[in-house]
Amino acid sequence: MSVRVGVVVFPGSNCDRDTTHALALAGAEPVELWHEQAGLEGVAGVILPGGFAYGDYLRAGVIARFSPVMRSIAAFAAEGGLVLGICNGFQVLAEAGLVPGALLRNRGLRFLGREVRIAVEEPDTPFTHLAGPRRPLRMPVAHGEGCFFADAGTLDELEAEGRVLFRYVREDGTVAGETDDPANPNGSLRAIAGVRNAAGNVAGLMPHPERASEGILGSDDGFGLIRSFVESAAATTHPGGERPLEVASR
Amino acid sequence: MSTEFRFAVNVLPKPGILDPQGRAVEGSLAHLPIEGVTGVRVGRRVELTVAADDDGAARAVVDRLASELLSNPLIEAYGVELLGATSSTTSNERGGR
Repeated sequence: MSVRVGVVVFPGSNCDRDTTHALALAGAEPVELWHEQAGLEGVAGVILPGGFAYGDYLRAGVIARFSPVMRSIAAFAAEGGLVLGICNGFQVLAEAGLVPGALLRNRGLRFLGREVRIAVEEPDTPFTHLAGPRRPLRMPVAHGEGCFFADAGTLDELEAEGRVLFRYVREDGTVAGETDDPANPNGSLRAIAGVRNAAGNVAGLMPHPERASEGILGSDDGFGLIRSFVESAAATTHPGGERPLEVASR
Repeated sequence: MSTEFRFAVNVLPKPGILDPQGRAVEGSLAHLPIEGVTGVRVGRRVELTVAADDDGAARAVVDRLASELLSNPLIEAYGVELLGATSSTTSNERGGR
């Protein structure tokens, strides 16, 4: 029996299929969760995929925040359930206050769809522990509002508490600058590409690991993050025990 | 007797928050050409009607809506303007429209 992982489908989601595909590759049983449903169907973890939920009207992610499925996910997260937001999913989590910060319009104003490199800042988390030895990780971004913002106090706190999971880096692995550095595609403060909440069970990132999960896609550097999530979700369904569920490796 | 209150909510990026749209507008001024304009900030204006017993109750609804949905308090500030009020039985227009 493989672990069930939910993938939320909002009107306007467009990476839900990519995400279910990558989850299946990692040995999970993906379960699509429609935005109007309140039940989470007993899943062991939830991924909010990329896209343009509710057209991104008003602000990216804000209208999705009030959907029935998000109320259930907030409760699931409060109980320690694993939740990952990718791209638009990160924006939804930030609007819902489930992860810190906000995603502003890209500094260069343009929507960007291209490859970036990120460094895993915290290798020992449920979201990153199987990231693999390759550094930095190469995967695509595709967003118009990805400039991570939080006030200086919050940024210091995130860094001190090990809650910055990913940063944009240059080809040589050095951390990208905030301005005028193509390695930081959106001008995120301190080049932050992904963060997690204080409890450590909810995370979001702008780049797309699910779109870099197979060699045929040009990179499989993201697959380790998908595998981390699947294995961690499997472990939460058997608290205290070893991990009995097979997770695909490659 | 319920009254319909017409409001505008003006949402702007907080001071100090990066506003690339404002900067782009400011950057275009030289092409017009217009001189002496600075501090451009681009925000959003939302107009809406609230049915309530009185001005205070209507404002409370708008404040909640503005802080929970129309603005993100981390990055944006909002202001509320009362544009006018219409009683459901007699016309009682006031304010700006």
